[in-house]
Amino acid sequence: MREVWIVGIGATPVREHWDRSLRDLAWEAMHRALEEAAGLQPQALFVANMLAPLTAHQTHLGTLLADYAGLEGIEAVTVEAAGASGGMALRQAYLAVASGALDAALVVGVEKFTDVVGPEVEGAMAATLDADYEAEPGLTPAAQAAWLMQMYRERYNAPETAFMPFALLAHRHAVGNPYAMFRRAISEKHYRHGAPVAPPMTIFDMAPYADGAAAVFLAARDVLPPELPRPAVRIAGSAAATDRLALHDREDPLAFTAAARSFHRALEEAGASPHQVDFFEPFDLFGVYVPLTLEAVGYADPGQAWQDAERRFGLDGELPILTLGGQKARGFPGGAAGVFQVVEAVWQLRGQAGDNQIAHARVGVVQALGGPASTAVTHVLQRP
Amino acid sequence: MELARHWRLKKQRYALQGEVCPHCQTKIFPPRDICPACKQEARTDHTFSGRGKVVAFTVVTQPPKGYEAQAPYVVALVELEEGPRVTAQLTDLGDEEPYIGMPVEMVTRKLRTVEGERGIIVYGYKFRPRLTVAQRA
Repeated sequence: MREVWIVGIGATPVREHWDRSLRDLAWEAMHRALEEAAGLQPQALFVANMLAPLTAHQTHLGTLLADYAGLEGIEAVTVEAAGASGGMALRQAYLAVASGALDAALVVGVEKFTDVVGPEVEGAMAATLDADYEAEPGLTPAAQAAWLMQMYRERYNAPETAFMPFALLAHRHAVGNPYAMFRRAISEKHYRHGAPVAPPMTIFDMAPYADGAAAVFLAARDVLPPELPRPAVRIAGSAAATDRLALHDREDPLAFTAAARSFHRALEEAGASPHQVDFFEPFDLFGVYVPLTLEAVGYADPGQAWQDAERRFGLDGELPILTLGGQKARGFPGGAAGVFQVVEAVWQLRGQAGDNQIAHARVGVVQALGGPASTAVTHVLQRP
Repeated sequence: MELARHWRLKKQRYALQGEVCPHCQTKIFPPRDICPACKQEARTDHTFSGRGKVVAFTVVTQPPKGYEAQAPYVVALVELEEGPRVTAQLTDLGDEEPYIGMPVEMVTRKLRTVEGERGIIVYGYKFRPRLTVAQRA
């Protein structure tokens, strides 16, 4: 396997981009990543997208975006794994370059949620569940996460504020992220008065569905030019795992087994221990996913991740998480979500994270989830 | 219209027909032909009793398309007495608040109307507070 490096990144702000199309958003992110890549040309384009066939009536995104970006004739394909689409597209590009099949590849994640509203958005999101046995009875991803909150509190006798620290951390950290949708800290008072979505879940326990695009340019180490405009970051480990798709089919719905598997395999590949990780980006599409992930991978004991979490997982804590606002406050741009995590981790490792910079950050781990860890994709990123 | 998609699930939707593994006796719903416990082939039909209890529940206030008229509705994780869990709405609750551990039983109800001029009505299982004891008396 060859060493694979990230030599360019790009993104759009995450917003309700009423005036911009899927291709327009994707192009902006791709263009910025290509600019940083100092003349390297991608041999393939991997598009991460979750819902365009349902929300934009558009399939065939690989060719659409390669064409629109002027990458005439290159290989291009869409990768879909629900919320983990971005992480999974990156992994496909990583495997292609690491194997020697390609020297350089571009990954772009893009989503347009706001061309449809309300029930159509919920319906598209529900298509990521088991359509026949979860979505047909009327379940939504938000309602499913509400069950997890209820089960967590019931099993561990946790208070109703158990998930609050993760919302507070995300909003606090998004203040320093110019691409974030909600750049405002929230207080306990705000949290306690959140509008209900699916009890006990409120709007502060879930990320806003929003538009955006993010891109990452990968190249094999041996084709890198001697001078790059930005420091390159190495993908030191990459791993994906799946679980039963339907939550009702899992022996323990709170176990997040795939999150643990992909995390440990990726760290093993990187030759790093969990203690060597300087920051971690778990997937907070729903706040409850964060403690379940931290407990599954071993950063907290079962039922304990919320205890003292604002201190332990803050920017100055023992393991900073959601360092630029996570999905909760940066916004959840579907297929771009997992690519955004990588872009933000690269900011940290290049020393470009501004007020949110983790001092001496050398190893960062990002994890994208499809559903409640139905798919989990983990990448270990390393500054040389 | 998706007629075939709903038609071919009628035994599951109307009668909770699943499977029992001939090798390890695990009861399986929905049917998947490979036993999740022992990974061997399991194709023996088994009809579930429809009795179970609530493991988790919530109220959907932001429904998907096709479910707007029903919202708010209660959707629950129900554990069948034979072991498997299913996702289903709770119905006929009246003034009763659902709770974890609530005994429930399967009933057939309208799930939704598929939109369109000749839209079909999709029927399937929901669960109501268990009445079995009262019926026996």
